Amino acid sequence: MIDFLRKLFGGPPPSSATAKERLRLVLMTDHLALAPEMIEQMKHDLVDVISRYVEVDREKIEVNFEQQDKALAMLANIPILSVNRPSGNGDAAAAAAEEPPASPAVAHAAGAPPVRRRRRRRKAGAPAPAPSS
Amino acid sequence: MHVRQAHEENNAEYEAQPQAGAEPVKRGRAIVITSGKGGVGKTTTTANLGTALAQRGASVVLVDADVGLRNLDIVLGLESRVKYHLLDVLEEAAELDDALVRDKHSENLHLLAAAQAREKDEVDTEAMCDLIDELRERFDYVLIDCPAGIELGFKNAVAGADEAIVVCTPEVSAVRDVDRVVGLLGNAFRPQLVINRLRPALVKKGKMLSVDDVNAILRLPLLGVIADEPEIIVTTNRGEPLALRRDEPTGAAYHAIAARLAGEDVPAPMPPEAKESFFERLGSLFGGKRS
Repeated sequence: MIDFLRKLFGGPPPSSATAKERLRLVLMTDHLALAPEMIEQMKHDLVDVISRYVEVDREKIEVNFEQQDKALAMLANIPILSVNRPSGNGDAAAAAAEEPPASPAVAHAAGAPPVRRRRRRRKAGAPAPAPSS
Repeated sequence: MHVRQAHEENNAEYEAQPQAGAEPVKRGRAIVITSGKGGVGKTTTTANLGTALAQRGASVVLVDADVGLRNLDIVLGLESRVKYHLLDVLEEAAELDDALVRDKHSENLHLLAAAQAREKDEVDTEAMCDLIDELRERFDYVLIDCPAGIELGFKNAVAGADEAIVVCTPEVSAVRDVDRVVGLLGNAFRPQLVINRLRPALVKKGKMLSVDDVNAILRLPLLGVIADEPEIIVTTNRGEPLALRRDEPTGAAYHAIAARLAGEDVPAPMPPEAKESFFERLGSLFGGKRS
């Protein structure tokens, strides 16, 4: 009854709720800090999944955890080398075969943002075929 | 003799006693009382649990492993009787029997005091383990009062123990430290929890973490909850543990914890629920500050 009225009148949450929340977050951070092998493993698995779609720079991956407002956030910085599927992938070869072969120049130009094609785009800086003049 | 030997061989798996006619070797329980954080009531808990266990008829020795900051003797009111201490025994400068101080109130309760003028790194871990083993052969319970922290003093206190009781107050910092200590101990110590210094009135007002809040995080078997009673300060002033008075709710709570520790199926003691008058509650609703 009183609790109901309290809710009705509003007011700040009791400090025990704040304590509970702080405890939850601090322990999550503690446990992460205590489990570096787990984070390494997670990084590894993460890259494996992402690598199915894009080629990433395994050496430069950074995974950090920080407290954002009411949650612990995982921030992953994963440099993408190329959006091509890794070579030897049967799907990629099949997809390429669906469309008529384009000139290397067109393929490179497709790296510019406004061009929308069904073709898999390459990013500048990625090992792309040299533009032909 | 031959028959006996043959019998023993046949029953090697079932017979616990190694030799015919020999006294069975006692194997008491060595329990470390720890917390990580200081000032949560490890020493008070050790003194009261030891008293309660002794009052139940068990033989108990309390080992103050807080070398350099001897306190357990004060809480038990034995400070004037301590002649030799833990390091004297470990370094074989004194006989164990000369260093054990018998309690004033319970004749089957003994104290092995810590050295006051020495340092924690002077304790030899192996010698400590041997000593605890020796004590286990003589007592039903060896309760080791662990120093705060997780450094060498903690490691030495824990080394000889095979069970742990962790003491936690309903505070963020204490819970965090217990979580860390439990992680360091691992499952081998089967840590059990005592929540100390709970103030039911504050819990009711939402100003203190509740028993459920604490144990939703720690998830440990709960031995019991001790309320934050002024009487504990009074009894510590006098050097007479509250567990000597079973008629007091807190004294009874220590006895219930001791019973649970001994394996009795009694409920974990909880402090009485705070009573708040209707007007108090109404007051806290309208003008009361919640901090």
